[in-house]
Amino acid sequence: MTLTVEARQVLGAFNLDAAFSTDGGVTALFGRSGSGKTSMIRIIAGLARPHQGRVVLDGDILLDTERKLSVPSHRRRFGYVFQEPRLFPHLSVKRNLAYGRWFSGLSTKHEEFDRIVQMLGIGPLLDRETSALSGGERQRVAIGRALLSSPRLLLMDEPLSALDEERKAEILPYLERLRDEAGVPIVYVSHSVAEVTRLADRVVLMQDGQVKAVGSPADVLKGRALTVTDRREAGSLLSGVVEMIDPQHGLATVKLNGVSIVIPDADLSQGTHVRLHVLERDVMIATVRPEGLSALNILPGEIAAVEDEGGGAIRVELSSGGNQLFARITSLSRERLGLTVGQPVYAVIKSVALER
Amino acid sequence: MDWWVLSEQEWVAIRLSLKVAVVAMIASLPLGIFVAYMLARGRFWGKSVLNGIVHLPLILPPVVIGFLLLITFGRRGAVGSFLYDWFGISFSFRWTGAALACAIMGFPLMVRAIRLSIEGVDRKLEEAAETLGASPIWVFATVTLPLALPGIIAGMILSFAKAMGEFGATITFVSNIPGETQTLSAAIYTFTQVPGGDVGAMRLTIVAIVISFAALLASEAMARLVTRGNTAP
Repeated sequence: MTLTVEARQVLGAFNLDAAFSTDGGVTALFGRSGSGKTSMIRIIAGLARPHQGRVVLDGDILLDTERKLSVPSHRRRFGYVFQEPRLFPHLSVKRNLAYGRWFSGLSTKHEEFDRIVQMLGIGPLLDRETSALSGGERQRVAIGRALLSSPRLLLMDEPLSALDEERKAEILPYLERLRDEAGVPIVYVSHSVAEVTRLADRVVLMQDGQVKAVGSPADVLKGRALTVTDRREAGSLLSGVVEMIDPQHGLATVKLNGVSIVIPDADLSQGTHVRLHVLERDVMIATVRPEGLSALNILPGEIAAVEDEGGGAIRVELSSGGNQLFARITSLSRERLGLTVGQPVYAVIKSVALER
Repeated sequence: MDWWVLSEQEWVAIRLSLKVAVVAMIASLPLGIFVAYMLARGRFWGKSVLNGIVHLPLILPPVVIGFLLLITFGRRGAVGSFLYDWFGISFSFRWTGAALACAIMGFPLMVRAIRLSIEGVDRKLEEAAETLGASPIWVFATVTLPLALPGIIAGMILSFAKAMGEFGATITFVSNIPGETQTLSAAIYTFTQVPGGDVGAMRLTIVAIVISFAALLASEAMARLVTRGNTAP
């Protein structure tokens, strides 16, 4: 799968001039509101047309303004999940889900329907009216509806932004499953560092209608690209398998590449695959192994890179076992400890900071 | 004979009125929906002119509309002669002419109600349908139309009610022929023109009230039925 997008458009004072391409997985369009990311995704979907631009998916040209070619959005077969669920109020949940299936012409198999319904946990909602659903349930039905139209590409425009924190936490695991199980490439628009870090394989950073950087979440979501509030959510993503449960203390030990980490969640079961979003500001660095410390996680490793983010903040990249970990410290701490690349250090993480 | 018993001729007038009103309502519905959609969603040159023409029957004296119909749709009128020569269709002094007059008089009311409800349909839902693979026609049929249904029903009832009460344009265009073009209103008018006709006029007045009221109740019941599924996004 290769998607190529180019768009140029002048809209009053706003000037969109952006291009990127991606090879499947989850591509996040990240940026502040007004950076042009929603314009981009609407152009991909065919809901908006730029003055100049191209949209090509696997050699299939969907938009080429030079050749005056534009495939209407209903024939692009791109699923779209909007900020709001946009469920049809005159149809039941089941018929909402079936809506796109009918038009796709490919009668999705029953197993496929059941699989998607099960993945999104919407089985018990099928016979309800849409007005009887909660916000989170509606958004899950909307995702299912888009998936069941057999899309070649799934476009998601801040699907969590209209929800409160609790609903977000409810849906995020479903989105992770979607990425891992559905096998449909996704373009995900978001301004949330936490969401993008957890979901995206690649990040396209947009600013003032232009693409400023493209790369992995760890490479792009750092430094001046982020606002002060964004930085609070910046961190790294570790994935591992639950190794041991300590029900007495409500703890679970997760085996990562070469190291283990203790997190406060006794409801997990052994062998479960988990992803941990470790915030930069929750990681401390020690040059000697600390003792008499309440923090349960003291991971040995070495410094892979040190970056000055400006404003007295330093972002230290650590490699511990086979894992990449980031810590944000002050420039004063760095001077005091004399941190240099290649130096062996200990990363200290409080377990309670890893509450999922 | 008791005063409230309807004579055969009165029954004919009532049946004719119902027939004319129902035919006028149903025949003008497709065009009404089309024009309402164009006015609600279309962007084209002359939109305000179209809007003005649609609303003309509301502003002009009914007699003027009746006269205009007479000179265009009459046997010698431009449209009327063409229809008669080629298709054998004639409107003049026939009940179909009464239906035509009623349809035109009720058209602005119908279009207005439907237009408002189409304007009230969330375009975001239409956009969502589009991304799910529905072509514009299917979007209209499966999203816009069902969501605008309460307004469409309201428009139909208004058109029906207007047709039941239509008098000026009908009598000018197709006259007042018992059994062919004498509707309820025309029959009441005829009663008031003869000595001792008050009782007959009163009988038909009561019938008119009953029919109008029943139509109103039916529309409310239907609107409730439709809106039950149409609430909340």
